Amino acid sequence: MSAKTILGQTAEIAGPKKAFIIPKPEVAAAMIKRAERPLLVIGAEAQGIETADGDLIDTAIKVSKSGISVVATGHIVGEFRRRGTEVHSMPLMNLGDRLRDPEWLGLDGKGRYDLAVFVGFSYYLEWLVLNGLKSFAQDLTTISLSRSYQPNAGWSLGTMKAEEWKEVIDVIVKSIKEGN
Amino acid sequence: MFKGIEIEVGRIQDSTWDEPMGPTPFPSVGTLRNWDRKFLNRYKPFYMPFCDLCCLCTYGKCDLTGDKRGACGITMAGQQSRMVLIACCIGASTHAAHARHMLDHLLDEYGRDVPLDVALNTGVEAPHVRLVCGIRPKKLKDLEDVLDYVETQLVQLVAAAHTGQEGDNIDFESKAFHAGMLDHVALEVADIMQIATLGMPRGEPDTPMAELGYGTIDASKPVIMCIGHNVLPSVDIIDYLMENDLFGEVEIGGLCCTAHDMSRYNKRSKIIGPISWQLRFIRSGIPDLIVVDEQCLRTDVMIEAKKLGIPVIATSEMSCLGLSDRTHDDPDVIVDDLVSGKADGALILEPRRVGEISVKTVQGVAERRGEKKPFDIGEISVIAQECSGCMECVRSCPNTLEIAAAVGAAKEGDYVPLAMLYDLCVGCGRCESACPVSLPIISMMTKANEDAIADEKYPIRVGRGAIQDTEIREVGQPIVFGEIPGVVALVGCANYPAGGGDVARIAEEFLKRRFIVLTSGCSAMSIAMTKDEDGLNLYEKYPGNFDAGGLVNVGSCVANSHITGATIKIANIFAKRNLRGNYEEIADYIYNRVGAVGLAWGAMSQKAAAIAAGCWRLGIPVVVGPHGAKYRRMLLGRKEREEDWNVYNARDGEEVYVGPVPEHLFYAAETVEEALVMIAKLVMRPNDTNKGRAVKISHYIDLHKTHYGSMPDDLHLYVRRAQDIPFTMKDEIMKVLEESGWVEDKIAIPDPTLLDRMVRRRG
Ligand code: SF4
Ligand code: SF4
Ligand code: SF4
Repeated sequence: MSAKTILGQTAEIAGPKKAFIIPKPEVAAAMIKRAERPLLVIGAEAQGIETADGDLIDTAIKVSKSGISVVATGHIVGEFRRRGTEVHSMPLMNLGDRLRDPEWLGLDGKGRYDLAVFVGFSYYLEWLVLNGLKSFAQDLTTISLSRSYQPNAGWSLGTMKAEEWKEVIDVIVKSIKEGN
Repeated sequence: MFKGIEIEVGRIQDSTWDEPMGPTPFPSVGTLRNWDRKFLNRYKPFYMPFCDLCCLCTYGKCDLTGDKRGACGITMAGQQSRMVLIACCIGASTHAAHARHMLDHLLDEYGRDVPLDVALNTGVEAPHVRLVCGIRPKKLKDLEDVLDYVETQLVQLVAAAHTGQEGDNIDFESKAFHAGMLDHVALEVADIMQIATLGMPRGEPDTPMAELGYGTIDASKPVIMCIGHNVLPSVDIIDYLMENDLFGEVEIGGLCCTAHDMSRYNKRSKIIGPISWQLRFIRSGIPDLIVVDEQCLRTDVMIEAKKLGIPVIATSEMSCLGLSDRTHDDPDVIVDDLVSGKADGALILEPRRVGEISVKTVQGVAERRGEKKPFDIGEISVIAQECSGCMECVRSCPNTLEIAAAVGAAKEGDYVPLAMLYDLCVGCGRCESACPVSLPIISMMTKANEDAIADEKYPIRVGRGAIQDTEIREVGQPIVFGEIPGVVALVGCANYPAGGGDVARIAEEFLKRRFIVLTSGCSAMSIAMTKDEDGLNLYEKYPGNFDAGGLVNVGSCVANSHITGATIKIANIFAKRNLRGNYEEIADYIYNRVGAVGLAWGAMSQKAAAIAAGCWRLGIPVVVGPHGAKYRRMLLGRKEREEDWNVYNARDGEEVYVGPVPEHLFYAAETVEEALVMIAKLVMRPNDTNKGRAVKISHYIDLHKTHYGSMPDDLHLYVRRAQDIPFTMKDEIMKVLEESGWVEDKIAIPDPTLLDRMVRRRG
């Protein structure tokens, strides 16, 4: 067999411009902390994804408490509400469409986001929306924290096993909280 | 010259039809450009490039990422819209070629003067043809002109995609709409001719039930498996079985739309399942002969069939599979070659020669069945030992299924995880192609599930074809006034994110809410395949009428024309708008008044893209499942931008704000729940009466509360005045409205139109 040359899922082949791999979790945390208007975008698959806090929704709730705006896509805001937390809710297509609009003032009306962090999606759907943003929202930085490398983000975690990913996410969340 | 018919510039003009000719008969590529732009201004394309490169010409490959331009100057937006156009052209051409093939054959066999008597109690036999072409086809031969027109237009659209032709993305989009409009004409032509000649149901709501599922096939008999969309070869097989009294001795089952049309022709033929079952069923070793016609075939069918020694008969010039053309050979010689294995297959391009050869072949082959058997269940764990756990299968699976873990469990003799994947798998085979040790993963999954599969037997109401004019008369008013909350069409392929059960779930949700639910194609099959605790499926629980709470299976892909055709007929029969060559006015009517939404939860093909495009131009929003985002662009409204949602009030010409109804024209939902809520919202129209809007709002709120755990935050955009508020929710809604600064009567309830010329009197 020939050498493996493609990172992440082979289900969708990447284009020439590919995400930088986030070398260590602290780098992602620093980028999020440094951003003026970061937005954490939580996909509808978050519910089943185990993290050190329980699942990815529990983790997102934790992040939202540190003052970072969180938006849930699909219908998953319902799960946040069942757990007693209000976050923003917007369908993924609506959000992608607005993130590429330089005049959009964000979910809170306070201004444009400079960083969007994606996690909790099916691979291909995140791949596609990130690619829309790669070409049509070039001044927006995107980060993927998914467990498989997402080539269309600006920055992405590399593909890793579930246990390792849990640790990485935990370090990122802890370092974000430390800074607040 | 025949009486009453004039040939004018090569086209038939019917002077016996007293309906005046509208402004746009036989529209050319640019005729409806301004109409399209009204939508494309409101619903701006959001592109999600599925590929960053273009490799169409030798200047390339070109990287178009971001602001880069190709060597020809094309931008990323231009390229993505060009690919949308190309997809729609492929889809529409496929339907048009299918229609042309059938027409040539049926004209030969049945003669040119077969009347187009296609639905009971119906005068408007071909709403799309009347609307687009401005002619009223009466006989089979009249369809020739229609197809001539469609083909000519499609050639021009494909030409626009050449390097250095069209460059503007909005113009590409408009052309894609044109392809979609042509597609529905081609669909209609294809379906009405088969109804008129082959005796398929003529719009009866209570068509008989046919049998669907793996378990309906009696494998002790010789089994013919027909795959594809063009029913003519299968019709010949059925006729041969009938004429020779062999129906009880040979099993004939179909996959994909051919199966629908076979059951419309003779309900004793069986529907094996949707497209995703091709590999599984071939691998089962049950079929003794595979007959393919066209569209959505697995192009590796020869390779797969050969492994099990199953002969293949190809029957379409569109899909010859490398086989020798044996159309004019002696049938007995062909049968001998196929039965003995001397030939792997045969190409037989004359449908009326397929029946005898197929039946004789299958009888011969069945006697040697089992020579190359698929493996036994016990062998799964032996085969699984080869697995190295490399994860290549998972990396290549479009649904990222946990294949490696399941194969790992199978190594230890636990087949449950493999069996569990069966319902979630779309049958694409990419995992197998990726696997370095070539494990037959699909076969292993299917085998692990074999007991459950053997029991799969479901009834499905045979596709009825058109909606009768009398039905339209009865429901036109409640639909247009909004009292029937909406018309939802669940159509399209089987590329589901998590199995076909989701389609049945969505159908049931809207049936319970007394929407009219229409269905066709693979979706209609998936709806059949979910039973409740009493063992009943939705076809057994809901009637087939085009009325509130009806579940209407129209039939195959080509029967989708009857769904959009019904919306056109509402404008014509209920509202008495002229159809003839009057596209914009009718689309304007549908867009502003008919609360119809299409849902293609597993849309996969270019044909599905073309069908969707035909809906867009008519103003019917389409929702797709998450894989549908791979069509690479959405048409999305911005509900918060008030300036985007003005229409003319036809009464006085005033431009008024009507709110974001419908919010989107093409939209991919991430989850079933999101789709449910979005559909409930997308059925709202500016013309809804207060009572109608209140009914629609109550469904929207109810679904939103169930799945999002709260009231919607955009109600102020949909409640126009207090009478729009569902009575039982009044206090709750008023509270939300007050918080959002709602002002009564800010949203108008005009006689809505996007067309300046529809204004009756200027104020
Ligand atoms: S068609 Fe244009 S973008 Fe495509 S390869 Fe040729 S020059 Fe490049
Ligand atoms: S055949 Fe099924 S399991 Fe294999 S890659 Fe396709 S969807 Fe995934
Ligand atoms: S690709 Fe094949 S060998 Fe690799 S994990 Fe999947 S089944 Fe096993």
